[in-house]
Amino acid sequence: MSLPEILIIWPGSPVLSLIIEFVIAILLLYLARGPAHKAIYSLSTIIHGGLRLMARSVLLGEKRVVERNREVLLATGAKAAERLIEREFYRVDAVVKRDMSGYPALQHKLGDQIARIDEDYRESTEVPVPSPDWVKAVDTLAKLPSKGDSWIANILGEIHKTAQAQYKNTMEEYRKAVSVRHSLLEKMMPYWRKLSQTLDQVDKTIIGLHERSKVIDNRMAEYEEIRNQSDKAVRTLTSSAMTQFFISALVLLIAIGGAVINFNLIALPMSEMVGGGSYIGNFKTSNIAALVIILVEVAMGLYLMESLRITHLFPVIGHMDDKMRTRMIWVTFTILLILAGVESALAFMRDRIAADMQALRQALATVETAQPVSSWIPTVGQMVMGFILPFALTFVAIPLESFVQSSRTVFGSAVASLLRLIAFGLRLLGNVVRYIGVFLMNLYDLLIFPPLWLENLIRNKEQNTEVSDIIIKEEVS
Amino acid sequence: MKKLLALGLLSLLLLVSGCPDTTSHSQGVYMLLDSSGTYKKEIKRAQAIINYLLGTLQPGDSLAVARIDSASFSEKDIISKMTFDRRPSMTNQQKRLFKQKVDEFVAKVKGSAYTDITGGVLQAVEYLNETGAGKKHILIFSDLKEELVKGHVRDFPIQLSGCKVVALNVTKLRSDNVDPREYYKRVDQWKERVEAGGGHWRVINDLERLESILAD
Repeated sequence: MSLPEILIIWPGSPVLSLIIEFVIAILLLYLARGPAHKAIYSLSTIIHGGLRLMARSVLLGEKRVVERNREVLLATGAKAAERLIEREFYRVDAVVKRDMSGYPALQHKLGDQIARIDEDYRESTEVPVPSPDWVKAVDTLAKLPSKGDSWIANILGEIHKTAQAQYKNTMEEYRKAVSVRHSLLEKMMPYWRKLSQTLDQVDKTIIGLHERSKVIDNRMAEYEEIRNQSDKAVRTLTSSAMTQFFISALVLLIAIGGAVINFNLIALPMSEMVGGGSYIGNFKTSNIAALVIILVEVAMGLYLMESLRITHLFPVIGHMDDKMRTRMIWVTFTILLILAGVESALAFMRDRIAADMQALRQALATVETAQPVSSWIPTVGQMVMGFILPFALTFVAIPLESFVQSSRTVFGSAVASLLRLIAFGLRLLGNVVRYIGVFLMNLYDLLIFPPLWLENLIRNKEQNTEVSDIIIKEEVS
Repeated sequence: MKKLLALGLLSLLLLVSGCPDTTSHSQGVYMLLDSSGTYKKEIKRAQAIINYLLGTLQPGDSLAVARIDSASFSEKDIISKMTFDRRPSMTNQQKRLFKQKVDEFVAKVKGSAYTDITGGVLQAVEYLNETGAGKKHILIFSDLKEELVKGHVRDFPIQLSGCKVVALNVTKLRSDNVDPREYYKRVDQWKERVEAGGGHWRVINDLERLESILAD
């Protein structure tokens, strides 16, 4: 018996059978309306509640991530600020040691210069020898009228001459004294200049220190903000971390480009050393060897930068004593130098092998090819590149450190955003499920609308009867 | 720190000195040149293919070129065979020598009365198995018309598992023009024979597409 035959309950009349079945189905659905509504409601509520719970858990996780990010950011920021302040203090210390250590000598020098100026000044202020008082008396006598007495006239004339001579002598002495005074004042000039220069130097040093102190003040203010865990500090640090992340990523990309060039320089000649036909896994051994050399160079560069305390990726190296650190610097530098030499030699070999291959290809080609221009410039260029690139790769450590540090913040923020998005998605889904439940209940009612309509009709009639009964009772009473 | 440095250097040395892979990545190519009377004039084309192979094969790969004559199941028919050195500079020298030998052969090649392709293929399989190459290619530069000396037995299955057999420049004979079914029958027979032996069959008549000869 096929399926349609099962459905035909009134033989010979499928339409009637279908109508009967439809009516039966509606009746059954009407009877099961209450439990069905409850089932739909409880299912949608369970899913909605579960999704809300999940969203809340995700939000809690997001909150933890944000808190952790904040802690990491503030800790990193505080550390960086401490380093900057420390460096500023070192600079101030250097200025004080360099300039202020000479202050006793400078003070002595200044005192000496002032004493000399003072001495010269004193000498220059000495009053010249005044003309004797008796000259005035003699002069008065010489100017007395002789009244025709030649003897008196002669005496007075002699007195006058003497007075004139005395006056001349006095004036000469006075001029000499003035000249000496001027020369003394002139001698003071260089001392004044020296004094001025010394004071200018002191002024510059003081101004420099003042500027440094302003920088330290600013840094301290930033540090205070970080210590207070203010939102402003967090915003500033986040923005700074984002900038650092993108810039360091860009520089790292450039470094990767350099490494690729370096790899191509040494991969072919490496096959001359380790064999062109041997493989490790699916990779040529020569390629792996070239890659290892480049990675070792990068590693040595990292150690060198750590030893020089330019980067702080390995605390073990940073905490070494100075003697050990210096040794480390020399060891890493020597290895880098050797590797650079090896690379330079490999670059030379590459040039030779490439030229040989080119010659072979030309010999194998049946067509006539133009003779390449032989020049030493590409060979030397490759050798120089082979020597310089390992040292250039050394500086990868700086952007790498920035990238690692900033990526903690950036990835943390990304994870937090992702969690927020997931939480939003879960809440949205929960609400959608809830309203789907409501929709299903309405749809259920729509399917069984004839019995529902009848039910409403009967209920309204009953209500009307009840109301009219109440009114009659009220009227009777 | 010293220990760390020593370990780093040791691992570097180990890597550079090589822990070779056991699976072979090298290629082995055996090329059969039909030197029968009707096909002798095509030998210049074969020379271009050999030059292409010399330019393409890498250090560690093997190449052999042999002629197809009246009785090809013989080392005497091998014109030149070489497994290239691991060092590229040595490989280049070997390739020059190889080219020289092929050029000499082409200059003084003489046509053979019969064409023993099966014998040549058997010799090729033997050689390629000896090289231990990871990828084995047998190139048959012939019109695939086999003519055997009376008494030579060649109608038995050939073991070609792991071998890729490429028929190159399968020219149409005068009789093929009369009845093209002969050509298709000849090619199909070889295909069946190769595939029955576990090999992979391919025909390349357009010699402008040489790069597809060694393609997977």
